[in-house]
Amino acid sequence: MVYFAWVRERIGRAEENLEPPKSVATLDQLLDWLVTLGPEYRLALGDRRAIRAAINQEHAGWDARLPDGCPDGFEVALFPPVTGG
Amino acid sequence: MIRIQTEDFEVGSELAAMSAGNGRIGAVVTFTGLVRGGNGADDVQAIELEHYPAMTHRSLEQLEAEARARFDLIDVLIIHRIGHLPAGAQIVLVITSSAHRQAAFDGANFLMDRLKTTAPFWKSETRSGQKKWVDMKDSDIARADRWTTD
Repeated sequence: MVYFAWVRERIGRAEENLEPPKSVATLDQLLDWLVTLGPEYRLALGDRRAIRAAINQEHAGWDARLPDGCPDGFEVALFPPVTGG
Repeated sequence: MIRIQTEDFEVGSELAAMSAGNGRIGAVVTFTGLVRGGNGADDVQAIELEHYPAMTHRSLEQLEAEARARFDLIDVLIIHRIGHLPAGAQIVLVITSSAHRQAAFDGANFLMDRLKTTAPFWKSETRSGQKKWVDMKDSDIARADRWTTD
C-alpha cells in the first residue's frame, strides 16, 4: 500500500505491506477491510467519496478487482483527488 | 517529452529548443502555470507539491500519447515541478508544436485540462504560516470532461 497527501498524514505512514484476507477481491472490499484496522484508517478512508485509488500505478474505480496470483504482490495507492498543474 | 523536476525552467530556451531545426513547425503554443499568491492579508506564501513517483511519469506519457493521437502535433513538452515553490514561481510548462495553429492550441488546452484531473500531484498551500491541502475544483473536472468523447 502507498498513501499520499492527507491520506498519508492521517494514516501516519507513506507505505506499508499488508496481507488482506483471501475474501478481499475488489478495491471496495479492500477499503472495507482497511477501515477495520484502526482509527487512523477510519479517519483517512472513512469517506470514500473523498478518496481515489490506483492499482499498480493505474487509476482504478472501487469496483476494480485486485490482481491475484502475483508472487511479488501488487501496489495499491490511496490518495485525495489530484491537484497538480 | 516529459520532465519532472525540482529545478526551475526557462521558457525561452525550452521554446527555442523545441522549434529549432524542424522546418515543418508552423505554430508553437506555450502555457506556463505559476503559484498564485494573491494580494490580500491571506496570501498564499508558498506551495508544496507532492507526487507519486512510480506513477507520475507514466501518467504524463499516456497523456502525451493521447494528445498526439487526437491532434496533429509535431512535438510535445511537459515540465512539472515538485517540492517547495514560493508565490510567483513557475509550476508547470506545456509546449505543443504543429504545422498549423489550431492543433497546437487544442493540444496544449487538452494537456493542461487532463493533467489537472489525472496526473498524480497534490498541492498544499501555506497561508499565514498554516499549511492546508488544496481541494479538487469541480470546474477543473468539468473542463477535463469537455474532452471526453463517447
